[in-house]
Amino acid sequence: MAKVTVDGIEVEVPNGASVLQACEAAGKEIPRFCYHERLSVAGNCRMCLVEVEKAPKPIASCAYPVADGMKVFTDSPMVRNGRRGVMEFLLINHPLDCPICDQGGECDLQDQAMAFGHDSSRYMEEKRVVSDKYMGPLIKTIMTRCIQCTRCIRFATEVAGVPELGATGRGEAMEVGTYVERALTTELSGNLIDICPVGALTSRPYAFVSRPWELRKTDSIDVLDATGTNIRVDTRAGEVLRILPRINDDVNEEWMADRGRFSFDGLKRRRLDRPWVRENGRLRPATWSEAFGAIAARVRGTAGERIAARIGDLADAEAIVALKDLLGALGSANLECRTDGAAIDASRRDFYTFNTTIAGIEEADALLIIGSNPRQEAPVINARIRKRAISGAPFPVGFIGPRGLDLTYRHDWLGEGGATLRAIAAGTHRFNDELRAARRPMLILGRGALRRADGAAVLAAAWKIAAENGMLREDWHGFNLLHLFGGQVAPLDLGCVAPPDAPAPEVVWLLGTGDAAEVPEGAFVIYQGHHGEAGAARADVILPGAAYTEKDATWVNTEGRVQQGRLAVFPPGEAREDWKIIRAASELLGKRLPYDSLDAVRDRLAEAHPAFGSGFARRGCTDLAGPAGDAAAATDTAFALPITNYWQADPISRASDTMAECARTYLPAAPAMAAE
Amino acid sequence: MALSDKDRIFTNLYGLQDWRLPAARRRGNWDGTRTILERGRDAIIEEVKNSGLRGRGGAGFPTGMKWSFMPKQASERPHYLVVNADESEPGTCKDRDIIRHDPHTLVEGCLIAGFAMGAHAGYIYIRGEYYNESVVLEAAIDEAYEAGLLGPNACGAGWDFDLYVHRGAGAYICGEETALIESLEGKKGMPRLKPPFPAAVGLYGCPTTVNNVETIAVVPEIMRRGGPWFASFGRPKNAGTKIFCIQGHVNRPCNVEEEMSIPLRELIERHAGGVRGGWDNLLAVIPGGSSTPMIPKAVCDDVLMDFDALRDHKTGLGTAGVIVMDRSTDLIKAIARLSAFYKHESCGQCTPCREGMGWVKRMMDRMVEGRAQLAEIDVLEEVTRRIEGHTICALADGGVWPVQGLIRHFRPMMEERIAAYRERGGKVLPTLPMAAE
Repeated sequence: MAKVTVDGIEVEVPNGASVLQACEAAGKEIPRFCYHERLSVAGNCRMCLVEVEKAPKPIASCAYPVADGMKVFTDSPMVRNGRRGVMEFLLINHPLDCPICDQGGECDLQDQAMAFGHDSSRYMEEKRVVSDKYMGPLIKTIMTRCIQCTRCIRFATEVAGVPELGATGRGEAMEVGTYVERALTTELSGNLIDICPVGALTSRPYAFVSRPWELRKTDSIDVLDATGTNIRVDTRAGEVLRILPRINDDVNEEWMADRGRFSFDGLKRRRLDRPWVRENGRLRPATWSEAFGAIAARVRGTAGERIAARIGDLADAEAIVALKDLLGALGSANLECRTDGAAIDASRRDFYTFNTTIAGIEEADALLIIGSNPRQEAPVINARIRKRAISGAPFPVGFIGPRGLDLTYRHDWLGEGGATLRAIAAGTHRFNDELRAARRPMLILGRGALRRADGAAVLAAAWKIAAENGMLREDWHGFNLLHLFGGQVAPLDLGCVAPPDAPAPEVVWLLGTGDAAEVPEGAFVIYQGHHGEAGAARADVILPGAAYTEKDATWVNTEGRVQQGRLAVFPPGEAREDWKIIRAASELLGKRLPYDSLDAVRDRLAEAHPAFGSGFARRGCTDLAGPAGDAAAATDTAFALPITNYWQADPISRASDTMAECARTYLPAAPAMAAE
Repeated sequence: MALSDKDRIFTNLYGLQDWRLPAARRRGNWDGTRTILERGRDAIIEEVKNSGLRGRGGAGFPTGMKWSFMPKQASERPHYLVVNADESEPGTCKDRDIIRHDPHTLVEGCLIAGFAMGAHAGYIYIRGEYYNESVVLEAAIDEAYEAGLLGPNACGAGWDFDLYVHRGAGAYICGEETALIESLEGKKGMPRLKPPFPAAVGLYGCPTTVNNVETIAVVPEIMRRGGPWFASFGRPKNAGTKIFCIQGHVNRPCNVEEEMSIPLRELIERHAGGVRGGWDNLLAVIPGGSSTPMIPKAVCDDVLMDFDALRDHKTGLGTAGVIVMDRSTDLIKAIARLSAFYKHESCGQCTPCREGMGWVKRMMDRMVEGRAQLAEIDVLEEVTRRIEGHTICALADGGVWPVQGLIRHFRPMMEERIAAYRERGGKVLPTLPMAAE
């Protein structure tokens, strides 16, 4: 520890800390532009200059290490003059277009100019103008506003792992750009908007939409991937206008994936906003009571075990537990959440969660990825893996799956299918040496790898690898299943796994799942959800539900972390929160559920699974017994990745114009048909 | 009392003899190098310290002390010697003559310096425009390898030393030691934050010392003749001989090796044939390459050419590129040209330099015409003060010092220019359109 005196306040900071950190420890705010605590230090904006006793010149506090006994002054004439100078220099070539700038109101430059700058300019010459750069459909650039802090360059290079941004030119002519005017090929590009301290990089979909002070801000959870990113939903007049990440060091740090951030315009399109009932083979608009009436009429004559429910990828825990209770009351245990056919063993929680935890990735020292492309399935988790991979200490990454993927970090392609998996499980593969040499090895098994006929064998083989390569210990759990969506773990926790001997259902309740393939011919289908996917077209009754921004709901991310999102806007039209719909239906079915309030449902949740009642804790593994399945039975079939179109992987993003534009930009063009 | 021929280190500075190894050996290069190395690291550093040698690249940091910052024992990270031959300072061309006419002084110096700091590899970063010089240097290194003077067991002294030449691409900023290291690593030449200094974290993250060509090239002679011999020239703390580059309005522009602390007037009159039109025709001199502030004739009359004397006059010895300007010179225009140079060469990393150099350049352009308000001279001065000392490297300092020198010594000339422009009825600024228009 080093003792540092900042403006007469003595603080103790660790050796190697920067002067800026010492100043913050002393409660002194140091203005800065280029410094960002999650990026490397550039020290080029010169805004954070402070005076250090006996130093002839002011020093850049973000880059200068503390020394014991150092005396720092953050408000001396030298410092004030330095800051005023830097502010003046930054503003001479910065356009004064704040009234039409989307950053206005949340702009570092604006705020710091008010706090530390002059009230007028002495600059009489012409201002610099920089041509705008193309960075893809998500980012709008007005490069004249750029103050060359290079945060975006460092983010793209260090966090996103796509060294496509850089500065060309020298001195005054230095310009930030993509060198070749191409869209940035990253799933994390939206974060560039957040880290840009000025209005040079702004959100293209949000351009000229709103001012920050007009927005109502609601804390929520992103469910469009299984990371469980903490988000803030900004709304105005009942409309979601943008989504931003919140800081949570255990989950997403402060990053967010593009699909979660930009697909919200899909929340307004192709929505189910009223109940529908099928009559004479055609769906017609109906009232809630007509819809419930139709359900009640059909269910009453059906044996309990002939009623089934299918849970979709974006269902919230409250709705699931209500539906489970309702079916239980009707005499059925036939609920199934693995509609994608993933052979998940739900008998123990660590068989289907990301046990190392996202933050735990940074402690791992070897990684095996099986049948998953984390870059597309969970970009923020992938950024965490990259952070570990580039941290300096050795971190061998083995990969089983398609060859030639760019995961943004160096990895060793081991093979593409079950043969490699079997070899590692048998302990005879060269990568076993890496795993054995590691002290904290981990593996990530993609949910997609279990969606095949021999899925159970793959799962068993993966567990065997974990068990036999030192990944399962009391103090370390290296077995991880990476799910794809934010609603996939809760139903597993709540036991929504169909009994193997369930008879063919006559009534099927689809809770937000578009996948109706399994529904037997002639069955009565109830579709409850927010977007009219394939399941809705097949439905006999449609119950309009709420999307994730439209309800107070509980979500469980791939780690098994239980988080709650809040209602940001009301569901459109007659759509309602999902658990309330089921609660209402239960009344008409004569099986009234015993809860009337959100708190009561949540009490029921806590009763159904302890995870919903207690805080999240990382656990080691004490029981090496593996999931059912024969590890040696994995076939040679190559692993196919579950997400081929990152931009349109769920009902909300499929309805989004922004995501459609991204898909057009980033995916290879589909061959045009002759008739078109 | 001028430097006598027997005390010259660069005996082939003018290229009158062959630069190749046999001729160089006849001149005394590579004589007893093995014995020098056998004296050991500490003895060499001690000798250099005794010689009082200060870095010849401009900043004048004591060389022996700089070498002693290198870790005593090499860890798993190797040590590197980097020689800065990116001589880009306007008004300076001493390294060029050393490399093309006396390359073996440098090559031998590299071996001794590399040995003294525990480096097995040395890199000479040569300015890209010095193509012919790099060819000569490469040939000299090849000769040295062939003669067993470099490479494994160099000079038979049991020390392995390899020397490489790397050509730059013509950026002034790559003469800044950390930008040079970045460039050498293959990155964009932008200065690094200090600390850590190169002696701790330098080339490829390893302990590195960056020295100027002249600094390294004088070391073998210091080792042969002893530190006290070198220290006997010049005033205390300003020891040694130095190559001065005299140019501009003199009768015979030249490079000359002279004793430090020689009076400026003597230097010009003895070696450069005097100022064009006589000493009284002198207006000002930039004494140390373009980034040092100019001094008016009154100061030139008796100033000594060394680090401390020039610092007392708020200028510096810099690289000893003496730019002489007689009364026919438009000083404002000359400095405006330098401002344009520094604007062009700013790397663009730090805000004050990136934005400020353009501002200074544009104001200087107006000052040349006189198209300015009188008060703008003060604005210009203040802008330069706000640039100076607020950046990562010293390019910004060197870029504004000439302007400060101009304002310090020739402010009346600038005021006259402004008054004359106004008398001609010139408009100072285009009237800005108002919002209502």
